Amino acid sequence: MSGTKTAIEEGVLPTLTALLVALVAGDLLILSYGQSPSEVWRLMLSGTWGNAYGIGQVLYKATTLVFTGLSVAIGLRAGLFNIGAESQLAAGGFAAGVLGLLLPVSLTPWLAIPVCLLAALLGGAMVGFVPGVLRARFGAHEVIATIMLNFIVLAFLNWAISATGLAVTETLHTPVVLSTAVPRLAAYVPMFHGSAANGTILLALLTVVIVAWLLFRARFGYELRAVGLQPMAAESSGIRVPRVWITAMVLAGGVAGLGGTNFVLGYKNYFEDGFSGGAGFLGIAVALVGRNNPFGVLLAALFFATLSQGGLAIHALVPKQMVEVLEGIVILAVAVSVPEVRRLLRSRPAKAAVTTPVQA
Amino acid sequence: MLLLLLLQTLRIAIPYLFAASGGVLAERAGIVSLTLEGFMLTGAFCATLGSFYFGSPWMGLLLGVAGGAVFGAIHAVATIRFKADQIVSAVAINLMVVGLTRFFLRLAFDSSSNSPRVAGFGGDGNAGVLATFTNPLVLLGILVMPALAWVIDRTRFGLRVRAVGEKPEAATTLGISVDRIRYGAVITSGALAALGGCYLALDQHQFTDQMTAGRGFIALAAVIFGRWTPVRAGIACLLFAFAEALQIQVQGTGVLPSQFVSMIPYVLTLVALAGVVGRAVPPAALGRAEG
Amino acid sequence: MSLDTPAGHLAVRMSHVQKFFGPVHANRDASLDVAVGEIHAVVGENGAGKSTLLRVLSGMYAPDGGTVEVFGRDVTGWRTANAIAAGVGMVHQHFMLVPTLTVAENVVLGREPMTGLTYDRASAESALGKLSRETGLACVPSRMVSELSVGEAQRVEILKTLYRGAKLLILDEPTAVLSPPEVGELWRVLRTVRDAGATIVLVTHKLDELMDVTDRITVMRQGKTVTGMRTSETTPAAIATAMVGRAVRLDASGMPVGAEGREVELARAVPDAGGPPDQMLISSAHDRIALSVPAAITSTLAPTPAYTDTPRLRLTAVTVAGARSKTAVDTLSLTIAPGEILGLAGVEGNGQTELIEAIAGLRPVTSGTITVDGTDITKYSIGKRLAHGITHIPEDRHARGLVLDYSIADNLILGRQKQFSSSGAINRARTLAFAEDRIKAFDIRPTDPNLPARALSGGNQQKIVVAREMPADFRVLLAAQPTRGVDVGAIEFIHDQLRAARRSGKAILLVSAELHEILALSDRVAVMYRGKIVTEMPRAEASEEVLGPWMTGAQS
Repeated sequence: MSGTKTAIEEGVLPTLTALLVALVAGDLLILSYGQSPSEVWRLMLSGTWGNAYGIGQVLYKATTLVFTGLSVAIGLRAGLFNIGAESQLAAGGFAAGVLGLLLPVSLTPWLAIPVCLLAALLGGAMVGFVPGVLRARFGAHEVIATIMLNFIVLAFLNWAISATGLAVTETLHTPVVLSTAVPRLAAYVPMFHGSAANGTILLALLTVVIVAWLLFRARFGYELRAVGLQPMAAESSGIRVPRVWITAMVLAGGVAGLGGTNFVLGYKNYFEDGFSGGAGFLGIAVALVGRNNPFGVLLAALFFATLSQGGLAIHALVPKQMVEVLEGIVILAVAVSVPEVRRLLRSRPAKAAVTTPVQA
Repeated sequence: MLLLLLLQTLRIAIPYLFAASGGVLAERAGIVSLTLEGFMLTGAFCATLGSFYFGSPWMGLLLGVAGGAVFGAIHAVATIRFKADQIVSAVAINLMVVGLTRFFLRLAFDSSSNSPRVAGFGGDGNAGVLATFTNPLVLLGILVMPALAWVIDRTRFGLRVRAVGEKPEAATTLGISVDRIRYGAVITSGALAALGGCYLALDQHQFTDQMTAGRGFIALAAVIFGRWTPVRAGIACLLFAFAEALQIQVQGTGVLPSQFVSMIPYVLTLVALAGVVGRAVPPAALGRAEG
Repeated sequence: MSLDTPAGHLAVRMSHVQKFFGPVHANRDASLDVAVGEIHAVVGENGAGKSTLLRVLSGMYAPDGGTVEVFGRDVTGWRTANAIAAGVGMVHQHFMLVPTLTVAENVVLGREPMTGLTYDRASAESALGKLSRETGLACVPSRMVSELSVGEAQRVEILKTLYRGAKLLILDEPTAVLSPPEVGELWRVLRTVRDAGATIVLVTHKLDELMDVTDRITVMRQGKTVTGMRTSETTPAAIATAMVGRAVRLDASGMPVGAEGREVELARAVPDAGGPPDQMLISSAHDRIALSVPAAITSTLAPTPAYTDTPRLRLTAVTVAGARSKTAVDTLSLTIAPGEILGLAGVEGNGQTELIEAIAGLRPVTSGTITVDGTDITKYSIGKRLAHGITHIPEDRHARGLVLDYSIADNLILGRQKQFSSSGAINRARTLAFAEDRIKAFDIRPTDPNLPARALSGGNQQKIVVAREMPADFRVLLAAQPTRGVDVGAIEFIHDQLRAARRSGKAILLVSAELHEILALSDRVAVMYRGKIVTEMPRAEASEEVLGPWMTGAQS
């Protein structure tokens, strides 16, 4: 089917182009630092996928990115640009961390962990709800609303941790809670010893599958995508567009919020101010490169996690900040090549097309 | 006390005024200005480089403005020539600039946090009246919004910017190159916002990692809160700066936690967006990449 | 092809112009000769390529083949700016005005008078004032364009071209949005401009207009120029024949009527067998009409379906706000009986869109009530209306009718996705089976239900919408421009569907910009003007001549 072929080309070509551009840009940066590109790239590979610890760290970083990437992708499928995954992630982590503190220490992890996961989901969902309502009720653009909300929520969390006695003295994190700890992968697969990879990765995989089902199989996703593609057609067919916007933002926020448990329940076992560390913003890159497809998001999350971990591996030769530059370049290159590739592919003469005169 | 407060307000407002002026110009031409943060950071870093290597803050200023213009041009080419999503392009540029400044901070100064001390303007963070008003960037900053208002309302370029941001197809049919106007507006916007970064770096006589600290977004908030007009956006900058200055003055008195004061610009912008006090209506063609 | 080449100096000579849009061949061999100082009309059906040809002339599009000469100079492939500099000005069908600028700013944009660095507002306004007095085109230079009426906005458009010294004025369907006094005013202005030495080319498909005002006519059909003629030496019938491509006879009401009516939409003026119920039985007040209907038609009228007392659709004093006016629909009342098609005629922009949207639930009703089979649905949500049997073929298929990136199958269940899902998921097998059935029944091509709707031709896309909006169980259909931009075969098919629905007792509200479509399908015709129904008559009484004055507000 030529339609399917074009669709695949439209999906894959921009990503390949972007990788190529990033590779060349990376070479230039490496050369500017007087190092050999081939050696740096090799180091980046061996420091990530070349050993168990590296793999574990990549998996850990990818886990958070899967959640934030899915969050952004859900929004974009509904036609909403969620720039707020950063604060949704933080709010989710905060909710999970604080609830962990409140739960009785003796509570079984089989109950304690799900409760904390639910708290993370709700925490993120609450932050997503606000721009959803502002858009649905007042027509406020969600991009501006989510950006503003990032600052508001992060400032609020900073206050909540520093001014209310929640934090351990002299730190900006809550006390360690072990009763809600999600086991590390190393507990089952010893070779991951020392890496932060933990059971949350299974939750991430499960979420990928659920979101994929929701978007492409469920009636909810059918309506959500229709709203994202053509809101006026969706409206005419009786779909309540404002309600879909709100639901989509709540869901996006919730999924990002869940991502907070990777750090809070799976790694440090406490909430720490600023733990999100840009993973929410990187979620935009993940969704973009993953072309808003949950399985694409999974791959893209692994890619960006590799870059990020690889930065540490090459730091001895080239500053690790090189990968931040590369991330930016990948995003920009994808953004530039998506419309360009579509234009090139669609202007290819369609053989079967009928030559009907256009409306004059 | 009051004088000190007003002086501090002014000093805080200067970078906002520069960045917001860039924001007003680009958005009035129809190109989303989420890039202000990146433009500012570029300006700050390039100004430091210029001042360091040439020993003159004026060279720093020149390099800073050029750096902002270059990134303005990147955003313009991506969104106008290639019709990339304006928001995605902005996110990419902001991320890229953070990485680039850190990378070259290591390369040039072998530091991960700050540059060495460089020649700057004013009294090295001194908040005195004389130091403030002998800083050429303060004077320029005070003038930038009235000047922009004049450009937009009175000049041919401004008239065309307004037309292009509101109804690009109308401008096209009159033989005006929508792209050319937008290139001009976005590149100038990069240079203007970079001036805000130059002020920060040359006032503190050094560059520190991520020294713009979200000021570009406060400036964007001011643009929206000021409903895309230079004078009102300028007043919004001063308002936001006043809240910050007030917070610094009452620090420690426990009246209001600093975090809540820092929320003020963002909360006000949300309120303005929601239309609680007069709806903020953006230029009609904002974010649309045709023309 | 024999063009009546005008004597004297040529303002425009376009030869064998070709223009593609992707796979669409909008101009396949279009030629146009316009003499200096004449008013020249380019006519043709919707989709004949008229606007495209004129946009090539004005430099908006570069032709893919052929040559363009203006005032004796080869200007093939020029740009808007060159065209303006050469004295060519275009007035677009959709106004190209910046609403947030003043009249003067709009007029001088791109050619601003300057004093030093600044744009000279005062001299712009005084120059415009002078131009306005010279041409008799009244305007207030300092007003915001967003405050202007349609007629005023069009005057500004014309002033824009004159300010640029246009010697050749191109107008794309200038009367489509104007009220009758405004139309008269426009013709007066155009004659003045012509008498001052300018040449005017305009697009229209209203034959009556061009008989009065033009010197010569070029006829286009399916992207080609088919003939040119002198207005004084031709008749509406001859023009219609040329537009349609074969002999057309005019019926008693002056409508062109096709002889066999298979492939030509203009031929739809004559209702076929199984057509409307005999209007004379139900509308005693209008009994005279039989005289104006050709005998051939009366003899083919089908027996009247049973009319009940309860109308299927009843609107009582409905008022709806629009974008520009609080009373886009103004205390309007109407009823449609089961098995009846009510044709709503009117110049576009007189509240038809708002009316349809209000009944469909897309736009709130300010006051009044809407009932369907006796149930008050005024406050129902869109979804509830759908469940109640109100369906809607929207006028803008691409924005409202289809999700273009969804497959044919997914588009066919849009709005009824609930019926096609079980435990929260869309049942794909059932969806596909349903789609295959509909694709067969409505002859949608290509037949692969998994193809995106975007890949289909306009006619087949519209068939998806029609198939979806005409399930077995609907009660009221709102058909807005159901055949706009659709090929002739699909028009025929869609018309047949509408007639079949009428036979099975549905109520149909038909809004169309094509009078012949309304006359071909309706049992009753109402005319909407400025938000009100100004007249209503049985089909047999209606004709273009009768409706025309009502549509233009000349009669009230």
